[in-house]
Amino acid sequence: MNTPVALVAQGVGKRFVIKKAGRTVVALDDVSIEVKSAALTALVGPDGAGKTTLLRLAAGLMVADTGTMTVLGIDAATDPQAIQNRISYMPQRFGLYDDLSVQENLDLYADLHGVPQDVRGKRYQRLMEMTDLGRFTSRPAGKLSGGMKQKLGLACTLVRSPELLLLDEPTVGVDPLSRRELWEILEQLVGEENLSVLVSTSYMDEAARCAHVAILHDGKVLAQGTPESIRDTAEDLCFAVTPPADEAPRHLQARLLDDDDTVDAVPRGGKVHFVRTRATVEQGDPDLARVLGASRAEPMPPTLEDGFMLALRSKVQRDLSSAAAVATSTSTSKPASAKTDQSVIEVKDLVRTFGDFTAVDRTSFSVSRGEIFGLLGPNGAGKTTTFRMLCGLLPASSGTLRVAGHDLRKARAHARQQIGYVSQKFALYGNLTVDENLTFFGGAYGLSGTRLRERMAAVKSQFELDDAGHAQAGLLPGGFKQRLAMATGLLHAPDILFLDEPTSGADPLARREFWRRITALAEAGTTVVITTHFMEEAEYCDRVVIQDAGKVLALGTPAEIRRQAGETDARTFDMEQAFIGIVEQNRKASRGGAREAA
Amino acid sequence: MNAMLAFLRRVANLCRKELLVILKDPASRVLLFVPALLQSLMFGYAATLDLREAPYALLDQDHGPAAVQLIANVEGSGVFRRVATLHNENDIAPIVDAGKVLFVLHIAPRFEQRLSAGETTPVQLILDARNSTTAGTASGYLGAIVSRFNADWRQSHGGGTSPLTVDVRAWYNPNLETRWFMMSSMIAVLSMLQTLMLTALSVAREREQGTFDQLLVTPCTPAEIMIGKSVPSIFVGLVQSTLVLLIATLWFHIPLAGSLVTLYIGLLVFTVACVGIGLAISALAVNMQQAMLYTFVLMMPLVLLSGMTTPVANMPIAMQWLTTINPARYAIHLVQRVYLEGVGLGTVIGDIVPLLIIAAVTLPFSAWLFRHRLV
Repeated sequence: MNTPVALVAQGVGKRFVIKKAGRTVVALDDVSIEVKSAALTALVGPDGAGKTTLLRLAAGLMVADTGTMTVLGIDAATDPQAIQNRISYMPQRFGLYDDLSVQENLDLYADLHGVPQDVRGKRYQRLMEMTDLGRFTSRPAGKLSGGMKQKLGLACTLVRSPELLLLDEPTVGVDPLSRRELWEILEQLVGEENLSVLVSTSYMDEAARCAHVAILHDGKVLAQGTPESIRDTAEDLCFAVTPPADEAPRHLQARLLDDDDTVDAVPRGGKVHFVRTRATVEQGDPDLARVLGASRAEPMPPTLEDGFMLALRSKVQRDLSSAAAVATSTSTSKPASAKTDQSVIEVKDLVRTFGDFTAVDRTSFSVSRGEIFGLLGPNGAGKTTTFRMLCGLLPASSGTLRVAGHDLRKARAHARQQIGYVSQKFALYGNLTVDENLTFFGGAYGLSGTRLRERMAAVKSQFELDDAGHAQAGLLPGGFKQRLAMATGLLHAPDILFLDEPTSGADPLARREFWRRITALAEAGTTVVITTHFMEEAEYCDRVVIQDAGKVLALGTPAEIRRQAGETDARTFDMEQAFIGIVEQNRKASRGGAREAA
Repeated sequence: MNAMLAFLRRVANLCRKELLVILKDPASRVLLFVPALLQSLMFGYAATLDLREAPYALLDQDHGPAAVQLIANVEGSGVFRRVATLHNENDIAPIVDAGKVLFVLHIAPRFEQRLSAGETTPVQLILDARNSTTAGTASGYLGAIVSRFNADWRQSHGGGTSPLTVDVRAWYNPNLETRWFMMSSMIAVLSMLQTLMLTALSVAREREQGTFDQLLVTPCTPAEIMIGKSVPSIFVGLVQSTLVLLIATLWFHIPLAGSLVTLYIGLLVFTVACVGIGLAISALAVNMQQAMLYTFVLMMPLVLLSGMTTPVANMPIAMQWLTTINPARYAIHLVQRVYLEGVGLGTVIGDIVPLLIIAAVTLPFSAWLFRHRLV
């Protein structure tokens, strides 16, 4: 019954006219890809590469300007309804009804898709088993955690058995544990029901699990093939280096990134993993020793991410070093000596309850000046609550909280003068221009006249917003919005910068750029407190705290965390494995405890 | 001193941002002027309780000169227009049921004969009282016409003049036009609706878009944020009032009897009280949808219990009590007295003091709500 190819796109092009901004955006340009039946195909690429547009074309929701899109043997332009009857599409923000229970949401989607009553029972049972939501069928969808919501969304998408499943970034904002569960469900479906899946993602480890990967960039296919074939393009170019004991991996990483011949560098497992350009390596890489100093590089096997970065770097020549250099020179007047032992945030026995639910339970930690401090934890672990209390957005139920030397309970206004805050979603005035937003927030922090103009000019050049001053903030592309949010947060040169999941949904390239700025800021003496779902980003942090169910499970440097998770010299973990290990150990222990108590 | 200056600067900054946000959004820019314009024109023209050319049917079973004289009086008033002439009593019910006429005037046989004999002579008026207001008005008009007829009849038939006559002088609205009353009420009511909506939505919108958090992490205190929200709303409310005032004076030519200063002092106090209510709504609402819903739920009783459509004195006692906490009641009273009567500040102090009390309750209350819900 199945054709060997579920979807064929041939020379597909699509452009949008943005009337307000008065420009035309080429979303897709001559894209040709195939999705094989009964297999997983991944679409990866930076923001705005055209991933969502391609999925929407495949779902028959839009018609391509040029080329043909054939889905399950049907032309998407002529008979979209016939396609929609046989596929399922899960958009980025899936339409769950928050006030309806899990079961009611399922029923609703089963009704919408006309699933006959007699097959429903069996199907529900199977979906609930796979998603492990069986215990929560009567809970309103709005009360589920982020990961559970995504699983329910997937279950609703799968109430009938589609032949092709289209998923648009299903794991954005989902913690590593839930992410792993979601992928297990997908692989199970492909294996048992011969489902064909086309999924867009910004996680390379997810793409590596697929049979076929297509890298999109600026609406064009940059590379495609099996994960192995893309990975192997970086063969012989990958190395790892251990920094000297007195240097943090991120400093060495920054030095490596600032070198023109480095394709990519990331801190990983206490080392720095980096990729050099092929031209340099073939010439024997004469500059490397100078950049590395005393440390020795050892060759490493490539990963899919290395291949992806190599492909992207061939197109994008974004100069990370210049932005970072400006960051160091203009950001703050604080000593460049960076980290000291002086603590700027002190949290003792912090508790926050909502009714009889304890969101944060007796949490204590401190953050030193110039430190990058990460708050990690699964969805609903209490890290957002902790974060909001630190910023003064939520009062604590009990415990002490000192930020920048001020007791948050008494001198809130003084403490706030010292902090900058960048929220997860864009939270500036969308219908004001970049300059108007900056002027307003500058004024709110007491800046005016020459000082305000100086600071505005400084942050605008630091975040490459010089030409965007008169652009309406709400109409800026995603990456610009985030840079503007950062610029606003740093306008008053705060001692501490709070960042709430700043990289959620961002592609690896944008994340590199972001972290390059953050490490430069920390170097200049700004303390950074950050929450993230990307566990590999914990490697950039000096110290991290892992929370689950409101309690602190682990606190320490990334190396200490890995050791706590059971890392030995023989068995190395990356941060994600360490995180999953620690959370699962703890959950098992508390479940065991509960059973004994019962 | 310095702290005061910093405070003022922050508040001014917040106000400027608020106005920018309102004025830069094309949708809200339209919302500022178009509804005020349309509604005041609509209320001015459509919301009138005056009768003009009201349809009626005549059943004249006498046909004498006296009857003809009475009918001439009715039709000469310009208020009523005959749409049907009936021939027997069985025709009355169908035409009233069909809603074709507001009333049927029935002149019985022997009308002239009884009049001449000096007997009390009934004229029957069958009213369609499904709309009690217009029915009442029509009956009032007819009563007046019949009294005039009586007086004329006595005079011409030697009965002497009537011992008592009513001589009506309608002060402040000589032609008894509903429009005068409506438009002056609209000056207060329309600005109330807009101010409520604007303040209620402004905080909810910021909360929904996440900008409120961004605002709360700045050193601005909740009090400053509240003032920064209130001042632009008050300003917009007064602009709305001005717009209606201009339409009333320039378009409908309703003469302004009192002083503008008195009028604006009253309106300012009233708008402050409304902003207090709007802020309380916005502190309670989680999102824009809720804020909108709360505002609509409040608007109906605020308008109904204001005395704009029905006099407060006609309401049951419990309702009259409720009107005492309704700012619109005082504002409408105040505007009418200043606009139509031309009274001074001293006379309307009885309206200003309750408005001040309402503002003194709602503003601190919403501040309290803010503190306990958010920070």
